[in-house]
Amino acid sequence: MSGFTAPEIAWGPTVPVLVVLLAAVVGVLVEAFVPVARRRVVQLALTLAALAGALLAVAALWSDVARTGGTDVLGGSLVVDGPTLVLQATIALLALLSTLVFADRVAGGEDAFAPSAAAVPGSDYEELARRKGLRQTEVYPLLLFATGGMMLFPATTDLLTLFVALEVLSLPLYLLSGMGRRRRLLSQEASMKYFLLGAFVSALMLFGIGLLYGYAGSLRYSDIAAATATPNGLEGLLVVGALLLLAGLFFKVGAVPFHMWTPDVYQGAPTPVTGFMAACTKVAAFGALLRVVYGMLPGLAWDLDVVLWVVAVLTMVVGTVAALVQTDVKRLLAYSSVAHAGFVLTGVIALQDSGITAVLFYLLAYGAATVGAFGIVSLVREQGVGDDDGPAVLGEATRLSQWAGLGRSHPLAAVTFTLFLLSFAGIPLTAGFVGKFAVFSAAVEGGAWQLALVGVLASAAAAFFYVRIIVLMFFTESPDETVPAGPGEVTSLASAEAPDAAPAGSTPAPVLTAQAERSARATVTGGEGLTVVAVAVCALLTVVLGVAPSPVLDAIASVAVLLP
Amino acid sequence: MHTLISLTSPAVLPTVVEDVTAPVSWAGGQYAVWLVALPLLSAAVLLLLGRRADRWGHWLGVLASAGSFVVGLGLLLGLLGLPAGQRVHDVHLGTWLDAGALSIDAGLRVDPLSLTFVLLVTFVGTLIHVYSVAYMEHDAARRRFFAYLNLFVAAMLLLVLADSYVLLFVGWEGVGLASYLLIGFWNHRTPYAVAAKKAFVANRVGDVGLLVAMGLLFATFGSLDFATVEAGAASGTVSQGTMTAIGLALLLAACGKSAQFPLQSWLGDAMAGPTPVSALIHAATMVTAGVYLIIRSGAVFTAAPTAQLVVAIVGAVTLLFGAVVGCAKDDIKKALAASTMSQIGYMVLAAGLGPIGYAFAIFHLVTHGFFKAGMFLGAGSVMHGMDDQVDMRRFGGLGRYMKITYFTFMAGWLAILGVPPFAGFFSKDKIIEAAFVPVDGQPWRAWVFGCVALVGAGLTAFYMSRLFFMTFEGQKRWSTTKDGAEQHPHESPALMTWPMIVLAAGSVGLGLVLSRVGFVEWLEPSVGHAEHEEPVLAIPLIIGLTLLAVVLGLVLAWRRYAVTTVPVTPPLGTALTRAARVDLHQDAVNDALLVAPGQYLTRSLVYGDKAVVDGAVTGLGRATVGVGDLVRRVQNGYARSYAAVMVVGVVVLAFVVLAARG
Repeated sequence: MSGFTAPEIAWGPTVPVLVVLLAAVVGVLVEAFVPVARRRVVQLALTLAALAGALLAVAALWSDVARTGGTDVLGGSLVVDGPTLVLQATIALLALLSTLVFADRVAGGEDAFAPSAAAVPGSDYEELARRKGLRQTEVYPLLLFATGGMMLFPATTDLLTLFVALEVLSLPLYLLSGMGRRRRLLSQEASMKYFLLGAFVSALMLFGIGLLYGYAGSLRYSDIAAATATPNGLEGLLVVGALLLLAGLFFKVGAVPFHMWTPDVYQGAPTPVTGFMAACTKVAAFGALLRVVYGMLPGLAWDLDVVLWVVAVLTMVVGTVAALVQTDVKRLLAYSSVAHAGFVLTGVIALQDSGITAVLFYLLAYGAATVGAFGIVSLVREQGVGDDDGPAVLGEATRLSQWAGLGRSHPLAAVTFTLFLLSFAGIPLTAGFVGKFAVFSAAVEGGAWQLALVGVLASAAAAFFYVRIIVLMFFTESPDETVPAGPGEVTSLASAEAPDAAPAGSTPAPVLTAQAERSARATVTGGEGLTVVAVAVCALLTVVLGVAPSPVLDAIASVAVLLP
Repeated sequence: MHTLISLTSPAVLPTVVEDVTAPVSWAGGQYAVWLVALPLLSAAVLLLLGRRADRWGHWLGVLASAGSFVVGLGLLLGLLGLPAGQRVHDVHLGTWLDAGALSIDAGLRVDPLSLTFVLLVTFVGTLIHVYSVAYMEHDAARRRFFAYLNLFVAAMLLLVLADSYVLLFVGWEGVGLASYLLIGFWNHRTPYAVAAKKAFVANRVGDVGLLVAMGLLFATFGSLDFATVEAGAASGTVSQGTMTAIGLALLLAACGKSAQFPLQSWLGDAMAGPTPVSALIHAATMVTAGVYLIIRSGAVFTAAPTAQLVVAIVGAVTLLFGAVVGCAKDDIKKALAASTMSQIGYMVLAAGLGPIGYAFAIFHLVTHGFFKAGMFLGAGSVMHGMDDQVDMRRFGGLGRYMKITYFTFMAGWLAILGVPPFAGFFSKDKIIEAAFVPVDGQPWRAWVFGCVALVGAGLTAFYMSRLFFMTFEGQKRWSTTKDGAEQHPHESPALMTWPMIVLAAGSVGLGLVLSRVGFVEWLEPSVGHAEHEEPVLAIPLIIGLTLLAVVLGLVLAWRRYAVTTVPVTPPLGTALTRAARVDLHQDAVNDALLVAPGQYLTRSLVYGDKAVVDGAVTGLGRATVGVGDLVRRVQNGYARSYAAVMVVGVVVLAFVVLAARG
């Protein structure tokens, strides 16, 4: 025990993560050394290559892991087993698609990010940066860092690495959330809230980790699991520690009552970032949650299953109910993602091998629909009074009232969005249906039929607000009183836009009315086509996984065994 | 859940795998898939290309149907080259459905029975396609019409070629859809749309029968392909009750599709469709699908004598029902529809007599397909020349103006009457003879069914002669055209007359030819061999009685409708006539027994739905929105209160855990 022995490191299985993190580091160097004009192309190529490389690395590891069941590396800090690979592949794939949405620009070369994030909103410097066509190409390394953290998160089997991975994935997201090009105050407010609450929860989680260490004398999941087998009179530490640890994970997946940040942050963050974090963070956090629940607290001993039950039910109910009263597409999707967290939790609670498969499949299905849906949201823009080149395209038209009649004016976008909504709602022949069916049947198999019942009821209620959007798009006339907004009028609106996020004590109703009058007509831009590609891939995934899910389900099931 | 249904379109599978279980492998069977694929592809092209195909679309439709006929002809030659014992082939197309215990292979059965249907459908179908090119010339939607016709041909061929009840059901629903689309082809006229709906609903009732039958078959035999069901039914291990239930469910399906009592009411209204549709779908082919189903399920009915008796009774009742209705109708197409109903009654009666009647049912089905289609086309030609007039009281003396139509229609008329040597004589008289054969040594059945068939022959002679004389003979009773101009009846163009001539040739000679070439023996591999049994009356006596009945009916009609003047406005008539004019009050009965209670039930359900369900839902909705508002109020935008919620959450959860641990 005296000297320090360097651990033997088998680098091979860590390649997927390493590729992404190394590319992120290179990306930082690119910022320093590549000329401004070519930075975007280089960064984009680097990011796409890194994520594709990660996917390839996962594919290369697959057969080995499928045969041996996996290995642990870095002295047991990381486990590369079947679920790890599935989750890493899912994250890399969704991040790849998100990158396309990140990089897309509308006519005039404007992407979704502020020309200079450091500029004070509304200042002369900001205007200057806009006119000079500055770009924050740092978003790509940030995205890669976050992705790297996410790929580590579900692979770790010790609490310290878990915490480090959590911070690696969270910090870039805090930054990215604050970099919106339009409604910058709202974006910065979202970033600030996300950071404050994230830091707060990190503290809770760290405290929990401390308590668990105190209980078991180790940070390794397997050691803690072994310690729970023999009572030692310190169970109080275990229960409270586990609860605080779970709270941290619940925060990341957006489960009630740790979901409060989601609507505000999802709404405020630039839409590509929202799609990225809604999809990938959830995949990563559920992966980590699976490992904690199955590996560290086997069988959810010490009545911790009650915690999951309560949280799952609350999450499904609150997510669904709150989504019913939303008037903003992004907030609605945020609450819908909360409800989905609840559905996935039912699969986690199943404590069955089929539950692992179900959760992994659900995350893939949900992630594809989420990236696609937010991709479309980023394309639906307000139409301004144009100049000679035609009508100008302004910020995103996220108010639901603006989506009325979109099915007639832009049928393709509306139909694709409908597909994602149907997948969210769990209508057969979409991936969402198969996912829901899988998690609920796993829950029933695991004896949690009451949860499955609540899940089915919540899904039924949730279908209402999804279908409401479909009805709005296809069967509601686009309101006549909306006129193209003047340039700048909409762009300069800040955080006061969100009725329930406005920290004003007054009644929100007048604000709403005033907004309705200001609503500009919505149009759909094609961008440079990158988002369209990403959306098309997501739609394809949603349909293929819905119509012929067996190959993917079987592949996941064949490796769905968590190593301790 | 890993075996969710995987679907493969059976019709477009490029590769065909020969079924290893088939007794003899025969490479020709793999071409059978093209029978269905050709018209299906054509329908898809016509529908997808839209207006771009308007100029040539109808010819593509004709070509697809003709192509199927050629393939069918090739298969016929191939099958004739094999010994009789090896003429049943199941062509495996791949696994279609695989869900739990239910695994269904898509496959086609090529055997004498299915091939007979294939040739009938494609040959008559092609002629009617050609006819339609001219008949629908002035219709803006002619391409769509041909797309639907092709769709029908594809579905009908799938129906008769399927080697399992499931695939048959696909075709069954396909023809129902095509029929619905074509009856309502001119759906801008409300009554036509209503007629299409009526046909659809009546067919649905029958479809439920087929679904129930399939459920029972699967529960009993664990499989739905014909081979397994035939073997299982023949094994005698299944209880009588089950087999009877299956048989009755199949009969219900047949009644819906073939317009048999009590589901016959839709056929008359289905005449709303364009006349070629009436000829192809509602006379020659689709309506005979019920007969096909019963004969295909022969093994089931052999094992369920009670169900078989019910089949014969249904056939006999419909035979008389249709004949009586046909005597009173003044609408030429509806009179022909009633006749179709009655003739299919003959076929169903024959099918209900067991193996002895199967071959004759199919024989009559084929000849009927020719002469009835020919007469429908003739009726279409008359309407074409008379400005779409259908009231026979407004016809008369048309034979002098439309010679080709006159003679071709006459061939069909003599054929349906059963005058030797026309086609109907060879097929219908055989059914009457078979009806006089005692079943299970019960002579009463022979007497009842035999006499019904005999009376039916007399009635047929009366109403068909009435139709013929009122249309082509006697005085002119023409009305003015819709524009108020005088009628100028004229012969139809060659594209319309040639199909009629070909069908008339069939009406004349097909019966003689088929009985000479051994049609009944050709069908034996499919329908089984029946020992010859002696009817209760001598055969020459039966033939003599039948001819006597026919002559009586003909003479009566001659005296009433050719010699005396037919009043332009229908006379009051007897009670029976008045009842027959309204289909023997079938619609009223349906309305009173089904529609009115159904509407009452629906209304009360709607009321209950509004008061109870909607109330609950609205209440629940309000409550939910209220909760949502509450949640929204908590979501006040302050990070500090979000953090507080989380802290409270953790504390509450801790209490929950501690409480749970007790």
